Amino acid sequence: MSRVAEAARPAARAVPGARPFRLREWLEREAVFSWLMLTPPLLFLLLFLGYPFGYGVYLGFVRRPVAQPATFVGLNNFISLWNDPIFWQAVWNTFRFTAVATVLKLAGGLAMALVMHQHFRFKGVTRAVLLLPFIVPTVLSTVAWQWIFDPGMGLINRMLMFFDLVKQGPSWLGNPTLAMISVILVNTWRGLPFFGITILAGLQTIPDELMESATIDGAGRWGRFRYVTLPLLMPVIFIVTTFSIIFTFFDFQLVYVLTGGGPANATHLMATYAYSVGMSSGQMGMGSAAALAMVPVLGVVLLLMSSYVRRS
Amino acid sequence: MVGELTWPKRILGLWLPLLALFVFALFPFAWMAATSLKGNAELYDPKANPLWIRHPSLDHYIGLLKESNFLLWIGNTMLVATVSTLISLLLGVMLAYPLARMRFPAAGLLAIAVAVAYLVPQTLLFVPMADLINRMKLGDTLTAVMLTYPTLLVPFCAWLLIGYFKTVPKELEEAALIDGASRWRAMTRVILPLCTPGFLSAGIFAFTLAQNEFLYALLFLNTSTIRTVPVGVTGELIRGDAFYWGQLMAAAFLGSLPVVLIYSFFVKYYVAGLTAGSVKG
Repeated sequence: MSRVAEAARPAARAVPGARPFRLREWLEREAVFSWLMLTPPLLFLLLFLGYPFGYGVYLGFVRRPVAQPATFVGLNNFISLWNDPIFWQAVWNTFRFTAVATVLKLAGGLAMALVMHQHFRFKGVTRAVLLLPFIVPTVLSTVAWQWIFDPGMGLINRMLMFFDLVKQGPSWLGNPTLAMISVILVNTWRGLPFFGITILAGLQTIPDELMESATIDGAGRWGRFRYVTLPLLMPVIFIVTTFSIIFTFFDFQLVYVLTGGGPANATHLMATYAYSVGMSSGQMGMGSAAALAMVPVLGVVLLLMSSYVRRS
Repeated sequence: MVGELTWPKRILGLWLPLLALFVFALFPFAWMAATSLKGNAELYDPKANPLWIRHPSLDHYIGLLKESNFLLWIGNTMLVATVSTLISLLLGVMLAYPLARMRFPAAGLLAIAVAVAYLVPQTLLFVPMADLINRMKLGDTLTAVMLTYPTLLVPFCAWLLIGYFKTVPKELEEAALIDGASRWRAMTRVILPLCTPGFLSAGIFAFTLAQNEFLYALLFLNTSTIRTVPVGVTGELIRGDAFYWGQLMAAAFLGSLPVVLIYSFFVKYYVAGLTAGSVKG
């Protein structure tokens, strides 16, 4: 179909008679024009996205200490990972972190969207202000959270002591369980507005007439939410959640700044683990293998997403 | 919502939850600001109310500007974010325009590739990327991050712009072509000017993402004078002794200000960009 269109258009406008090659006509063809536009960005992405990806796969199969030539080692990197308890701890942490944070962000975001889907003054300003945690550079807000969690003088423990709830506040980032809770809390704080505002935009596309007719049919508040709002929101919720799962699963900066993966690897995620192996210890091959271990997850999420998109 | 609520219900159903959301979202910033404005004596006094400022002081700000390269970091961050946003918009348009408005073989496949490229996280690429940048002799230069940030931003810009370009009716372009305009003129004079909101959305979104970037900056920027705010703050302001929080919070607060100010002018476009992908897609 596209071939026909390409062939037909320039011919229709061409001067009748002899048709020598003309640069301008050639440039006007859809495919030619398109590829001339596409080539520079595609070359850029191939060099800085495609090549590193391919090179990363190669690095996963070699031993390459910094500034030394590489030697092919087959699956050895992956076997050492498999036998490394810290790697498995990072895997388990990553799944736990992603699952809990995503559920919290989704529930909180849905609540935020429902609250904001009412008429009130200064709605635009409210929306802008509530999005601030998502706007402010993560590293800077995470540094503030580090200070909030500070065992001696941090806000949480100061408040606990101010109201005489405890004599000595806990070490939020020094205890394995509390550290994981803290990391999840900060991720939720930052990501919740993204869910809230996006779901709100989805809510605003639901026509009022549907709500009215459901009310006439006798549906209460819960009934309207369960049988009208929720089904119509599902596509938005699905996309937002998938996005968030990907970006949470591969999160790096939050943990790197807040806990550095500690205490005793209790908050190491696969990304921070890959960084510490590949960069801090300088084993590029192992680091690449650890990063590659995340690919199956990305693949599964993308598959789920595309099958859902195809279904609807 | 359906029906008007009476005022007690309105307090319970609207104002109280909103208040809770405001407190939850903003208290870290309040704590940041309060900390940065207190002298050390008051800051580390266990008996003082932590949320109150009795003796406001700008010492931490003065110390920050005197003792660190903070202003340079702000300048670097702005420069890098601006340049990488412009590169990403340009390449994004070149990618999105044909994919949205032209018919040619492989167009569908390329559109999927763009979406996948957007979802490939940088955590997957940083090890080989570090090696690539070192071999290009770009290690420890601002060029390194100006070149690598667009890898994150181009797919996003292209994806968002594909959506915008599709909303412009095909007839406009055809009319221009019939009037004798070339495809290039039809694009630059007719279609692109109509898509200004799309550029603003993609631009402001890319700009905030570039301000936020940390991993590549951490890998590539080692010299203090060429660092961006996030690496400068985490790399140099967290010191061995315990009493650095005042200066650190001053830096976090000042470092957040530029992006928040710019965001406040473009909120509408930012929200449009944020929701475009998920609501339309």
